[in-house]
Amino acid sequence: MIQERFDAIVVGAGMGGNAAALTMAERGLKVLQLERGEYSGSKNVQGAILYADMLEKLIPNFREDAPLERHLVEQRFWILDERSHTGIHYRSDDFNEEKPNRYTIIRAQFDKWLSQKVRDAGATVLCETTVTELLQDSHGRVVGVRTDRDGGEIHADVVVLAEGVNGVLGTGAGLRGRPKPDKVALAVKEMHFLSRETIDARFNLKGDEGLVIEAVGTISRGMTGMGFIYSNKECISLGIGCLVADFQRTGETPYGLLEGFKRHPSVAPLIEGSEVKEYSAHLIPEGGYRAIPQLCGEGWVVVGDAAQLNNAIHREGSNLAMTSGRIAAEAICLIRSRKDPMTAKNLSLYKKMLTDSFVIKDLKKYKDMPALMHTHSQNFFLTYPQLFSKAMQDYVRVDGTPKLEKEKLMLSSFIKARSWSGLFSDALRIARAWR
Amino acid sequence: MPSEPSQRVEDKLFYNRYLVDSGRAHIKVRPHTTPSSRLLSMLKACPARCYELNDKGHVEVTVDGCIECGTCRVICEESGDIEWSYPRGGYGVLFKFG
Ligand SMILES: Cc1cc2nc3c(=O)[nH]c(=O)nc-3n(C[C@H](O)[C@H](O)[C@H](O)COP(=O)(O)OP(=O)(O)OC[C@H]3O[C@@H](n4cnc5c(N)ncnc54)[C@H](O)[C@@H]3O)c2cc1C
Ligand code: SF4
Repeated sequence: MIQERFDAIVVGAGMGGNAAALTMAERGLKVLQLERGEYSGSKNVQGAILYADMLEKLIPNFREDAPLERHLVEQRFWILDERSHTGIHYRSDDFNEEKPNRYTIIRAQFDKWLSQKVRDAGATVLCETTVTELLQDSHGRVVGVRTDRDGGEIHADVVVLAEGVNGVLGTGAGLRGRPKPDKVALAVKEMHFLSRETIDARFNLKGDEGLVIEAVGTISRGMTGMGFIYSNKECISLGIGCLVADFQRTGETPYGLLEGFKRHPSVAPLIEGSEVKEYSAHLIPEGGYRAIPQLCGEGWVVVGDAAQLNNAIHREGSNLAMTSGRIAAEAICLIRSRKDPMTAKNLSLYKKMLTDSFVIKDLKKYKDMPALMHTHSQNFFLTYPQLFSKAMQDYVRVDGTPKLEKEKLMLSSFIKARSWSGLFSDALRIARAWR
Repeated sequence: MPSEPSQRVEDKLFYNRYLVDSGRAHIKVRPHTTPSSRLLSMLKACPARCYELNDKGHVEVTVDGCIECGTCRVICEESGDIEWSYPRGGYGVLFKFG
């Protein structure tokens, strides 16, 4: 297929792969990028919120032509029980700034745009090509890839694995383990189309203002999970995700949860009358810091979801993928400019640079959260939401019961459900894991 | 308590665009006499309902509607219950929005 030799091969044209390919091509490396989808983005699923800062570091003037939906002015966190929601809403006109900080995007369109930038920078991008295997020499050094095209062996000095959460190639070559059921969430998502005016009215928005709702509670039926609603220009991205191990254990169906979320009285009015145009599903790495595999070796580096670089607490993934892709590429360019070989020792520069960045720092901060949420999922995702909304309802309903009595009842309902020591240790656990 | 979806998954899959690679299933179930608990869990956990029980009590997979999420890989590959790979380049689900 391709006889030439490349400086670098990038597997995958998602957020991480595009950032890596772009950075290396801009610095004059001969880059080949391989993507199994028909075009960059055709296999990718995301909420999706785009964080401007991390994209700005790649493409400073991206706002001029990137396909952005709305910039976010409001964030809602909802705790749901069957019939109600308790919410924290944060809205600020400060987000109506000249260079907004967060946007909603539609991944297929965004990835296509970013991929064009990669081509413009001079990389060779081959879509409709699945990489089937990593080529390793007798010392286990990665020297290239094999694809499903005819005569598909291609060689390069270094391979950037940006293959996403499933990471089939890395596992196949023994570079890292398979994703585990308790370390990945399965999210299902639908695209609901409505007129722009309807979305503006229902979410209290104008112009290109956008809003995000994140919801936890009985919608995940005691499983570790979260629902989300993101406003785009003319559609709403709506989905829910829970740990794969929890689906396996409970026998709940992903589409059952999605339908339940859509039917919730706080959600249904938002999507009423919409036309659904897509149903998708994707995994999300949830293992955090403790699940990060080896990041580089002889002739290879791994970036993004394939390296489990995902901050489940803050719902950040694509920015970590973009940043790790960029940093890996910068490390490779540095090593090359010194005319050094792409050995594990030299490539560990990537690991060092990543450790110094927000990517590893943030993941380290929350290293104990994933395990905590998982082992106590019934409390955090079922018991507390029910208690909260009962307490809120009792509190706001005026029925002649003295307030002091109400407060006592509220407290005793928490103690009855979780006991003093249970409440105390839950609070302590969260505080410790959050620190 | 699992609840019944108000809309069938099969109907949801009609929203999507697929390029089916006929005769080349990218996921295969290992022949078995009684399905393992992992295989049985796929009857519920697959978001596209690709896994079904046939009249012999075996778990079967039909990949035409697969959305390539990898859930069955995570649950069933390590134990050898299934063989999992991606479809050939260009084939399979093609998201317009993603
Ligand atoms: C429902 C959902 C909501 C999310 N919301 C957010 C959000 O709001 N904000 C945020 O920042 N993050 C979010 N994320 C996380 C974010 O989507 C990921 O972290 C990000 O896409 C990871 O980028 P990546 O490049 O590592 O992998 P991907 O974007 O998954 O890209 C991997 C690419 O590799 C290709 N590929 C894989 N294997 C091969 C192969 N063998 N040969 C050729 N090509 C291959 C794939 O086709 C794909 O294009 C969300 C994720 C989901 C599922
Ligand atoms: S990859 Fe996902 S959609 Fe496809 S068969 Fe497996 S579980 Fe179902």
